[in-house]
Amino acid sequence: MRPPIVSIDGVTKRFGETAAVDQVSIDIQANEFFALLGPSGCGKTTLLRMLAGFETPNEGRILIDGDDMTRVPPNRRPVNMVFQSYAVFPHMTVEANVAYGLKVEGIGGAELRRRVDEALAMVRLENFRARKPDQLSGGQRQRVALARALIKRPKVLLLDEPLSALDKKLREQMQLELVRLQHEVGITFVMVTHDQEEALSMANRIAVMDHGRVLQIADPRTLYEHPTHRFVAEFIGTVNSLDVEVRSVDGPHARIRHPLLGEITVERAAPDVERGVVVARPEKLRLDFSAPPVDGEILLDAVVEQIAYYGDLSFVFVRCPDGTALQISRYNVNRQDKGDPAAGSLCRVGIHPDDLLLVGTG
Amino acid sequence: MQSWRESPGVVVVLLAPAVLWLLLFFLIPLGFIWVISFGERAGPVAIDITWTLANYRDAIDPLYLGLFTRSLRIAAISTVIALVIAFPVAFAITFASPRLKPILLLLVILPFFTNMLIRTYAMIAVLRRNGYVNFSLEQLWEAGAFALQPFGLAGMLGERFVPLDLLYNNTAVVFGIVYVYLPFMVLPLYASLERLDRSLLEASLDLGASQFRTFFFVTVPLAVPGIVSGIMLVFIPAMGTFLISDLLGGPSSQLIGNVIERQFKAANNWPLGAAMSFLLLYLTFVLLVLRAWFEKRDRGRG
Ligand SMILES: Nc1ncnc2c1ncn2[C@@H]1O[C@H](COP(=O)(O)OP(=O)(O)OP(=O)(O)O)[C@@H](O)[C@H]1O
Ligand SMILES: [Mg+2]
Repeated sequence: MRPPIVSIDGVTKRFGETAAVDQVSIDIQANEFFALLGPSGCGKTTLLRMLAGFETPNEGRILIDGDDMTRVPPNRRPVNMVFQSYAVFPHMTVEANVAYGLKVEGIGGAELRRRVDEALAMVRLENFRARKPDQLSGGQRQRVALARALIKRPKVLLLDEPLSALDKKLREQMQLELVRLQHEVGITFVMVTHDQEEALSMANRIAVMDHGRVLQIADPRTLYEHPTHRFVAEFIGTVNSLDVEVRSVDGPHARIRHPLLGEITVERAAPDVERGVVVARPEKLRLDFSAPPVDGEILLDAVVEQIAYYGDLSFVFVRCPDGTALQISRYNVNRQDKGDPAAGSLCRVGIHPDDLLLVGTG
Repeated sequence: MQSWRESPGVVVVLLAPAVLWLLLFFLIPLGFIWVISFGERAGPVAIDITWTLANYRDAIDPLYLGLFTRSLRIAAISTVIALVIAFPVAFAITFASPRLKPILLLLVILPFFTNMLIRTYAMIAVLRRNGYVNFSLEQLWEAGAFALQPFGLAGMLGERFVPLDLLYNNTAVVFGIVYVYLPFMVLPLYASLERLDRSLLEASLDLGASQFRTFFFVTVPLAVPGIVSGIMLVFIPAMGTFLISDLLGGPSSQLIGNVIERQFKAANNWPLGAAMSFLLLYLTFVLLVLRAWFEKRDRGRG
């Protein structure tokens, strides 16, 4: 395997007493679309700014393409950034904004013109070149910021919440656009986001952060289906978490006890998980009214409490006799569907032990 | 805010004192002066308003035009120097730590706590032949002479210290104007730098620009509104100053302000003084219109 294009090695950044980024180590491979995901204030931006050179780590090293960049100023790093506020120069036209980074390098004349044309075409802004930023929409401004950074042909493109200022429709469109661009230019993207769906749908790999620490680095599917921490499970998607008593552990499995489920064997998220909670995704639970249990399934009696209808799917909130609340998602697969159960009706919830996972709470 | 606009009564009540003040103590006296500028002296105190343009013709006499050009030059030089000094100061305040910032701003405003006359007199104490500057230079001279003595080179610095003539020339006037009006340059610059989005500076660095390039291609262009305001606030009063040139200037540093003052006082030629004042005022208007035009253009484009 080739050496990583970005290597973050035991990096800590403290602001006063608190560590905004705490002992973080991440290797990012060339051509990856890598996402830094976490709640507000978890240190994503700080980490990204250390990659760009705007903050200097208190501890640890940052290597970019094998070179130690820990103390190299931002204007001498082979990376470029798309700022959250876009930071498009308001006093320059679209064209001048895009050309800025090349002019700085002393590139001019025909080559400058060719590459500016190319960059504008890439983000589909050919017809806006003479406009000033305040004559552009948010999405267009963002594409200026993208073109301005990509024209530099950086080894890594850093994006800080690039889509957070856009409305939902435009955001979805730009998600696809960004992924397309990344394929097209073959540049490593590192994107900060607090939107888990955005991270899942766009990134090849995701690092989930909380309180300055990286909890798990994995591809989207692994993060969703095999979270190693309760925090990851709950931050990505929705999840039912059940407090359980761990009776014994054995390799990848654990024997657990829960008043509703009885004593069963479930998968363990990681070899060091000896205590914790059992999690189950809402779509893995089956809402059952009459049909017999599927092989190995545990059936629980419950009362429907509330229903949230989203069109394509519904969330059904139920409560078991012992007070445990569960949520189940149902896809509304055909129009003739008789619909969701009424609130207050009795139902049964099918849980298969294979869909349960014991995760650590640390 | 919205509801204020909808009830004009409130606006009238709120604005009335200011409007009244401006009317009574600014516009009406200004109107008098304007009328007087078309008058003729008819005695020691009497002025006949004959709507003559003679005063304006006298005002553009080559003698006065020469003074006017000198005023223009001194005001322009002072403004440029003030800008060059004020920009780094404003920049430093903008990027100072939140604890230091109010203290630095206070230091900028502090001179306003004393009367301008006193401050200008203080400059005399600093610049005169036996003032602080010359005193310090003399100390340096003595130290230098003492150090060179063992090498027999004491004569190199001259027989004895000759104090510099820092006062009563154009340089002193420029110095005084810069000193007195510097805060008027620093404050608008600070205001516009403070509003500047820091991520624009970071974006410039990120794109490979040096700090130097970032300063001249991003910071300065975006500070233009502050620069223009600062230039106005220094240039306009510098153009009309008579106190500073009176106290610090020599016989050849008379400015147009001194001439106007003399017309109203010693020469007792109010109509000519009024005409000159209004020519100066028209110039100011032109500058303000130009600024408004620039602002409109900038707002129209970005
Ligand atoms: N310049 C600074 N000085 C002091 N504290 C800072 C500074 N920058 C960030 N912090 C703190 O470091 C922590 C991490 O901040 P950071 O901006 O990296 O969070 P984030 O994950 O990007 O959050 P968000 O999603 O809200 O942008 C926060 O608690 C923040 O208050
Ligand atoms: Mg952030």
